[in-house]
Amino acid sequence: MAVNRMFRTCPASGLVFHEPAENLMKANAVAAAVSLLVGGILAIGVTLTRWQAVHMLPPDSFYLFLTAHGLNMLVFWIIFFEMAILYFTSSTLLKCRLAAPGIGWVAFWMMVVGALMNNYAVFRGDSSVMFTAYAPMGAHPTFYLGLILFAVGALISCFVFFATLVVAKSEKTYNGSVPLVTFGAITAAIIAVFTIASGAIILVPTFLWSVGFIDHIDSLVYRTVFWAFGHSSQQINVSAHVAVWYAIAAIVFGAKPLSEKVSRTAFFLYICFLQLASAHHLLADPGLTSNWKIFNTSYAMYLAVLASMVHGLTVPGSIEVAQRQKGYTNGLFEWLRKAPWGNPAFSGMFLSLIGFGFLGGISGVMMGTEQLNLLIHNTLYVPGHFHATVVVGTTLAFMSLTYFLIPVLFRRQMMFAGMAPWQPYVFGLGMMGVSLFLMGAGTLGVPRRHWDIAFAGNPLPYEFPGSAWLMMALAGISSIFAFVGGAMYLAITVGSVFFGKKIETPGFKEISAQQGMVGRPQPAAAPADTTVIAGHQGGVGAGGMCMVAPGTFVLAIVFLVSFVLYYFINWKYLSTVWPLR
Amino acid sequence: MSNAIQPAGDHEVFEEPVPPMQQLLDNPFLLLFIGIAVPTVLYIVLGVMEIVAIPIAK
Ligand code: HEM
Ligand SMILES: [Cu+2]
Repeated sequence: MAVNRMFRTCPASGLVFHEPAENLMKANAVAAAVSLLVGGILAIGVTLTRWQAVHMLPPDSFYLFLTAHGLNMLVFWIIFFEMAILYFTSSTLLKCRLAAPGIGWVAFWMMVVGALMNNYAVFRGDSSVMFTAYAPMGAHPTFYLGLILFAVGALISCFVFFATLVVAKSEKTYNGSVPLVTFGAITAAIIAVFTIASGAIILVPTFLWSVGFIDHIDSLVYRTVFWAFGHSSQQINVSAHVAVWYAIAAIVFGAKPLSEKVSRTAFFLYICFLQLASAHHLLADPGLTSNWKIFNTSYAMYLAVLASMVHGLTVPGSIEVAQRQKGYTNGLFEWLRKAPWGNPAFSGMFLSLIGFGFLGGISGVMMGTEQLNLLIHNTLYVPGHFHATVVVGTTLAFMSLTYFLIPVLFRRQMMFAGMAPWQPYVFGLGMMGVSLFLMGAGTLGVPRRHWDIAFAGNPLPYEFPGSAWLMMALAGISSIFAFVGGAMYLAITVGSVFFGKKIETPGFKEISAQQGMVGRPQPAAAPADTTVIAGHQGGVGAGGMCMVAPGTFVLAIVFLVSFVLYYFINWKYLSTVWPLR
Repeated sequence: MSNAIQPAGDHEVFEEPVPPMQQLLDNPFLLLFIGIAVPTVLYIVLGVMEIVAIPIAK
């Protein structure tokens, strides 16, 4: 089979795109956006039902919508987008041809068919088992089959990614180590392989059970292995969105990582320890010992949290250093005040970082502590926490990357360019509100996945305090902002990609490259961005942090103080749950 | 990465040995192995062993 070696150099960014890789990125990104649209529409039904004053859907549809919302958002939107990121960070950043694009397409179509099949099962109405699908609660066989197809497709894409790394190395398209952003993507892909393998281990028998070949699935084993899939897939997201943070810092500011060594070591901590935190989902399960629970959550998880804190510091730190070099040296925060807050790629990324750290990170450590976990187990605090991580953190980071990709990958001018600067604020702040208020309701004991906290017509009623109802209403109101922000994002991206003005480059042609390597691009304007995302330089050591980036250092102290305070407040709160009198 | 596979024409000044940690981080397949082995043993295998050890009710 002839190998397609056609490349184009993006005149705006200097990035090099391999034609088949580019098409795969586009296809995966479009599939992601479609999933986000479906999931977003379903979110309206979910939220407006939980907002007791509106209480929109009847119970059956509520659980159906909730199941489909979780799957389309958490699984389909995020993973399709991640596949586009894997192709970008391997082929484009390493200036290498994509290995086996044909297999990439097979994987893509498996994922599409899998996603459709799974949605079909849920919308039939007999598979409202939530995305966790805990056995012995059973769904229609196509529910599991769809998920399995989707997962295997994603696994194949990961192997195309790894194969591209091999090609790049043997065709010598880069020197030394891969760029940091690609290293982050490698971390994501490694976690993805473990995640998907665990998913297969548990979903294949569950599928066989749903068609009657196996007569029993142990529910505790299901839950344990399921969370190796369900939780680790969140860690793919973390690694991917941290890589996106680094990429955007490089693209927008030309920022270089403060220390390649420290950032890479932090990713290495992710590879070793992040997946173990899956045990936090089982903290209230009988049968597993505290040894196992505490080792996996507290000990291992803290090492992974340490790594996240390193990333959360080095990304703004590197931005601060880059800004100070541009002359924004007044006071502690001039570099931040004078940052391009009107550029949605930057504002989205920065809100993602702050929201992920302050809301998602702090609440995550609290609930991952075995003793504290029982304060909020299975309450709305849990969705509150993960909407901070996976929506404000991952989704917003991916959205901000899209603003960079519209001109560069899709070669279109942005539609609604006047609206785009507002989108990250409307979506990000709305979603932070949703997270906070859901956490508030959870702290007051409101359960998650619950159709009616009024318990109307029940023989054994329970009355939640008025403040809990207020929290639910505030979450509902914030989510309206989030819907508007999500709709703005989809209008801008879909509009630009399909109807935006094409960016024509005079004299443009795709160049065939020998050995898969393109001649170094020499566009007229120096592509400052790419050399930074695709290159790597040693920076200042992390030890010099408080000297070179004092503003970030202060932010870090604020973060740590909030963290410690919140953590101890919860211990205090725990001590009042069953007081000794 | 050893110097032997660096492209010709790269002006090498120093022949510094690559530190072991960097060699590890430059090897995606070794990382893949670690990233699968660690959670498989510490989370899945140890977890499932504990569940299997629960006595069956009579
Ligand atoms: C406009 C944006 C969104 C709003 C207003 C929203 C709101 C909600 C609400 C209120 C719940 C229900 C909690 C319950 O009753 O237990 C929920 C569940 C969930 N959401 Fe979202 N969400 C949004 C976007 C997203 C996104 C982007 C993701 C993932 C990337 C996501 C993932 C999930 C998941 C996994 C669940 C849990 C489903 C379950 O319990 O099985 N959501 N969401
Ligand atoms: Cu988790």
